[in-house]
Amino acid sequence: MTPTRRTRRLSATALLVVASLLLSACGVTRGGDGEANRRLSMYIPNSPGGGYDLTGRAAARVLEDEDLSGRFEVTNVIGAGGTVAMQRLLNEEGVDDLVMSMGLGVVGATYTNESKARVSQATPIARLIEDQEALIVPKDSPFQTVEDLVAAWKDDPKSVTIGGGSSPGGPDHLFPMQLAKTVGIDPQQVKYIVYDGGGPLTSALLGKKIDVGTSGPSEFEGQLKDGSLRVLAVSGEERLETVDAPTLKESGIDMTFVNWRGVLAPPGISDESRERLIEMFTQMHATKGWQDAVERNGWIDSFATGDEFKTFLVEQDERVESTLKELGLA
Amino acid sequence: MDSLDLLMGGFQQALTLENLFYALLGVFLGTAVGVLPGIGPAMTLALLLPVTFAVGPDCALIMFAGIYYGGMYGGSTTSILLNTPGESSSVVTAIEGNKMAKKGRAAQALATAAIGSFVAGTIGTLLLVLFAPTVAGQVVKLGNPSNFALIVLAMFAVTAVLGTSRLRGFIALFLGLTIGLVGGQTGQARLTFGNPLLADGIDIVVVAVGIFAIGEALWVAAHLRRRPLDIIPVGQPWMSREDWGRSWKPWLRGTALGFPFGALPAGGAEIPTFLSYATERKLSKHREEFGKGAIEGVAGPEAANNASAAGTLVPLLAIGLPTTATAAIMLLAIQSYGIETGPQLFDTEPDLVWALLASLFIGNTLLLLLNLPLAPLWAKLLQIPRPYLYAGILFFASLGAYSVSFQPFDLAILLVIGLLGLAMRRFGLPVLPLIIGVILGPKLEEQLTTSLQISSGDFSTLWSEPVAAIVYAFIALALVAIVASGLRRPKPAAPVEEKEEVSA
Repeated sequence: MTPTRRTRRLSATALLVVASLLLSACGVTRGGDGEANRRLSMYIPNSPGGGYDLTGRAAARVLEDEDLSGRFEVTNVIGAGGTVAMQRLLNEEGVDDLVMSMGLGVVGATYTNESKARVSQATPIARLIEDQEALIVPKDSPFQTVEDLVAAWKDDPKSVTIGGGSSPGGPDHLFPMQLAKTVGIDPQQVKYIVYDGGGPLTSALLGKKIDVGTSGPSEFEGQLKDGSLRVLAVSGEERLETVDAPTLKESGIDMTFVNWRGVLAPPGISDESRERLIEMFTQMHATKGWQDAVERNGWIDSFATGDEFKTFLVEQDERVESTLKELGLA
Repeated sequence: MDSLDLLMGGFQQALTLENLFYALLGVFLGTAVGVLPGIGPAMTLALLLPVTFAVGPDCALIMFAGIYYGGMYGGSTTSILLNTPGESSSVVTAIEGNKMAKKGRAAQALATAAIGSFVAGTIGTLLLVLFAPTVAGQVVKLGNPSNFALIVLAMFAVTAVLGTSRLRGFIALFLGLTIGLVGGQTGQARLTFGNPLLADGIDIVVVAVGIFAIGEALWVAAHLRRRPLDIIPVGQPWMSREDWGRSWKPWLRGTALGFPFGALPAGGAEIPTFLSYATERKLSKHREEFGKGAIEGVAGPEAANNASAAGTLVPLLAIGLPTTATAAIMLLAIQSYGIETGPQLFDTEPDLVWALLASLFIGNTLLLLLNLPLAPLWAKLLQIPRPYLYAGILFFASLGAYSVSFQPFDLAILLVIGLLGLAMRRFGLPVLPLIIGVILGPKLEEQLTTSLQISSGDFSTLWSEPVAAIVYAFIALALVAIVASGLRRPKPAAPVEEKEEVSA
């Protein structure tokens, strides 16, 4: 009958799409049993193409390809800057085949969205990578050094417009606020404009709509290379190989700030399960596949597990909370 | 004519068997994801990013560009046939396109969309080749005040589509603006009722699918027993001479609107489709057909959304600036090959850039070859008995709403909005103003708040940029013209000045 044929054509198209998406997104199939064949799930707290998505999927891919784990079922749990995913992870108490990629932005989002979920409640598995923040200005900005910027900023905090690619509570917002506090400016006085990611921020900087941009320098590679944008300073402990700019410490400001990403597991899993997951990611970290992924994406390796990561997580949680409290956002 | 020589070199490179295969795969995948509501080109590209490990940069970019163009076209198919827009940029297409389909003119609607997309994509790509290196540096000078003015212009044009009852039109518009307020984008949670799943607002695809598809299905279900089924007539399979005559001008005008908006940092594909629809409605000689299936209302917006896709590539290739989510992921793909994007791209990677541009022409041609013969076949889909057809539509709509963010919660929202759609049909409220409110409201607010934040609350910033001032002057002129023509004749006809909108 005609109707069935039509419907079949429609569903065939749909099937084909789904199949081709799956095929191209997944790695190879494998046999065998034991640990390497165990299926795992991963939550990703933002949409495909976002930072946690890139890191999470890269890790899942390496784990699969190196036969360190079974197939991953990767789910994007989108909403409220990662708060929705965080809450879902905490609800899965004791589930030992689930991990979630996350980072500094999720810590802030739990506060600004007035959620009760805290990253320190989950089981820390590993910190994977970090990215520095940079102070970026247009080519012909009057600021040649961080000192110029700080002098003008202290003189009249409202005269300096700062833009960043993340909403309040995200790395690009936390960085200028903590910087302001360090140099003795009331964070409440900081004029911070939210842009929807790196693209609009670049456009605002090139068009000189704002004075300073705060963001990870890798998003501005092209513009930095051709000189239409400059970096005054980077926020990490050491200089970046790719960016010709001093650190804040070298410029006389005693502060470091890094945007990091890592992996958490649900609360209440057994010590054994925790050790097994940590071991799995430790092995992944040692593979060439992972090191290649780190290099290709311009990330900085900052692997840490177990108690070291736990201490770091608690410290970050407190630091973010105090910054946001001061701003009246938490 | 330097550019054209380089383009010919690009064709030589792009016309290898391998690249043709990737271009074909790209447009096919793009059309398919455009057809599926909820899965947009941006998400497809993100999921396909790992492909870049396996193939060379030219193959990947050619495929990605095919997906982008294909997605812009594919969204129109479901808009026309099922009243289920797959992308926000094809929402306007559903208004006239679906009415045409119900009159047995689905094949013509699909054909004018396919040919219009081809014409617009080709002209857009040609403009891209000629102007990308020179104009891209200029677009960043437009700040938030200019963007705000352009959205005000779109809002102003929208009053033209409010329908016969202004009151009902405004009610629908304000309902839309209210839905657009949901979320915490301004830093303050509004209408979220403490639910974090509402913190990011309600996705436009969920709203459009709910209002159009679910609302319609419920409406039909409510009347199924009381009224005999109107059988959808089987129409001509191809476009008539009259259809061609009524389509070609809207194609060109749609292109002229879509291309510049695609190149603007805050442009995108939605605003030009609204402006195009409003323009065609004003200029058409068959104005009485609007709202009942006017071919101009499909031809113009479809051309506009494809031209904007070409426009988006101007800042992307020329200064490495992504203006849409899809472009941002293409940039990511380019960078994952270690290729430096930015103004130097044309100098450091000329082969890649020109092969990509050439493949855009090829992709466009493939898209037309792929879709035009399919139009009469797709149109027969409507011959499915009504209960099965609507069951399929409901399934499709739910799938689309779910795949926006993989939250079951969105299905509940979809149902609520579907009920709203049913109520709107019951009380004769037009749906287009609501959709426009949902899309433009948040954009308008974002541009206004950012402008005022930068100026520390000084309102004069709003007309501080030349483009903004010109747009306001144009709106004022149009207002004067409307009032004047209203005074001269009791039944106002289209003011001639509206033509200027094309260049604004």
